[in-house]
Amino acid sequence: MGYTLNFGAVWRDFDLLLAGLALGLGMAIVSILIGCVIGLVAAFAMISKQGWLRRIAGTYVTVIRNSPPLVLILLAYFALPQVLGMRIGKLEAFIGTLAIYAGAYLTEVFRGALLALPGGLREAGLAIGLTERQTKAYVIVPVMVRNALPALSNNFISLFKDTSLAAAIAVPELTFYARQINVHSFRVVETWLVASLMYVAACYLIAAGLRQLEQRLAIPR
Amino acid sequence: MMELTEFFVQLWIARWAVLKGLGITAFISLLAIVLGTLLGIGVGLVLTYGGRVSRLVARIFVDYVRGTPVFVLVLASFYLLSEVGVHLTAFQAGLFALTIFCSTHVGENARGALMSLPRGQMEAGKAIGLTFPEIFIYVLAPQALRQALPTWVNTATEIVKASTLLSVIGVAELLLTAKEIIARNFLTLEFYLFAGLLFFLINFAIERGGRYVERRVALPN
Amino acid sequence: MAELVLQIENLHKKFKDVEVLKGVDMSLATGDVVSIIGSSGSGKTTLLRCVNMLEEFHEGRILIDGEEIGYSGPQHKARKESEIARQRAMTGMVFQQFNLFPHMTVQRNVTLGLTKVKKLPVEEANSMADKWLARVGLQDRRDHYPGQLSGGQQQRVAIARAVAMNPKVMLFDEVTSALDPELVNEVLSVIKDLATEGMTMLLVTHEMKFAFEVSDRVVFMNQGRIEEEGPPEELFRKPKSQRLAEFLKSSKF
Repeated sequence: MGYTLNFGAVWRDFDLLLAGLALGLGMAIVSILIGCVIGLVAAFAMISKQGWLRRIAGTYVTVIRNSPPLVLILLAYFALPQVLGMRIGKLEAFIGTLAIYAGAYLTEVFRGALLALPGGLREAGLAIGLTERQTKAYVIVPVMVRNALPALSNNFISLFKDTSLAAAIAVPELTFYARQINVHSFRVVETWLVASLMYVAACYLIAAGLRQLEQRLAIPR
Repeated sequence: MMELTEFFVQLWIARWAVLKGLGITAFISLLAIVLGTLLGIGVGLVLTYGGRVSRLVARIFVDYVRGTPVFVLVLASFYLLSEVGVHLTAFQAGLFALTIFCSTHVGENARGALMSLPRGQMEAGKAIGLTFPEIFIYVLAPQALRQALPTWVNTATEIVKASTLLSVIGVAELLLTAKEIIARNFLTLEFYLFAGLLFFLINFAIERGGRYVERRVALPN
Repeated sequence: MAELVLQIENLHKKFKDVEVLKGVDMSLATGDVVSIIGSSGSGKTTLLRCVNMLEEFHEGRILIDGEEIGYSGPQHKARKESEIARQRAMTGMVFQQFNLFPHMTVQRNVTLGLTKVKKLPVEEANSMADKWLARVGLQDRRDHYPGQLSGGQQQRVAIARAVAMNPKVMLFDEVTSALDPELVNEVLSVIKDLATEGMTMLLVTHEMKFAFEVSDRVVFMNQGRIEEEGPPEELFRKPKSQRLAEFLKSSKF
């Protein structure tokens, strides 16, 4: 075969790869935060008594979850500016799309967590004179979020992996740099080995960290 | 904003390209799902029943692939395999990546389904004198299949969505076809929406089909 | 004449097309302890839940200290949500499933209403909570979480949570039905103490012996109506209606 491993090219640009990884992480965090807001709103909409709210939220979830994220990203970056008549930055377009994509999945997570709540919880809040809004804020959402933590963690890790799609519109994240290094240096095996290892390691660390968080936030029993 | 008549005119002009792209998408997705499922069942069996060493190997394989974004798998397959002397077309490289991706998901799903079966099932099978292969075929697999079906349907839709990434390595599937059409007539919004709609319909149909099958094979209770 | 704290007038309620309360009238004076008994489906829990507007009703009036609850005016117009919330603070409810807030400590469970509804400052709320937790015998558990307590302890905290709000009427919805038998008495004795101290109470209960001991009046409901009403000695010893007699027999009282 005559292929000798030479990591030199990769090490030289390792700082780029790290920067790309950090950007990916940052994009994932921003997207999941926005996605959580969307997901919470939509989850409450899906269990609301108003039919039209349920239908809108349900349509949003069904359409987004069944659409390829790459198509959504291209729509946001290339097609939306045409519609709005103004240019949209790559980063904004990507994060916005990722947030909307995440929101659809998080809606299901939160909806499941809401349905798993003991029925009397809301009434107990109302019975001491809290308004619906206060009951939601102090009683329902805190318990629901704790229930949703494991699923939230899984979704975050998926989202982090999906940030690799940003490379398709030339956002300088890890995959984008890996591709560049690959093309410039022809060191194919080394580049992709290092890139994939970085993702795997990052996912592993994130998962471990989130597990710690879950244990910290868990209600003592 | 949207020029509908112009779009339909252009769509008619490009109809054969669109159909061809749709066909490639369907074909490569189907192939990846079938091959990936077969491979994945093998992986799942090893994960559940294998010896210490094989389980470890399978575990590392699954965790490594699942910790890597699909996009990286696709790019790595494309650049790597040609380097290692295996001359693959973009189509074959993409198929390879999607198959590997699918197999890890199916493997985990199978393992989960098999482990969720009560221990007593295996013991009951042994008690009436069945051999392990017989127990697996007549007792365990039918139950595990029902358990694993919803997740498997979800995996199938993920493969269809991931097939769009093959556009980046030049496979003439639906998304790349849409891009080429847009390059000619600049109807960016219309054709990306159209492509998105087609993908949505494919996945929606898979979801619906899956639910139908689930209902048909469900055990009465 | 003692002030009428709670007045229920001609209460009607429907679930879809089924009428579950068919014109109920009841009044409680300050310090009255009234038990409602009856078989499932008689409407007793629904009646209780109408008093703090956890259930809506389409006809009739409920008044607490003369104020109309949930609705106003001859058109039976529903009140604003914020008003209803304020009115709910005039009653205290203890649930069959306790319904403590699992993510808050015992003390916080009690102070939540005091700080967010009554707007008391934190130190005052904390000391009030501690006082009531001591009354139900759980002051040393105040930093524990509900998941760490037994059923009887949780229910006692639930009572403290409701009573700390200084309600005009206390509503008890089968509060011992979900408890293991050996834990029932600790809860009943807390309720008995509250009754002795003059708290106005409306209890829905299966515990006949307890109802007999603690109530000023007992109400027997059947199919959405009050079938019989009177002091415990009369109702339990000399039931007038056939169905009440059957009910008492099947309850082995």
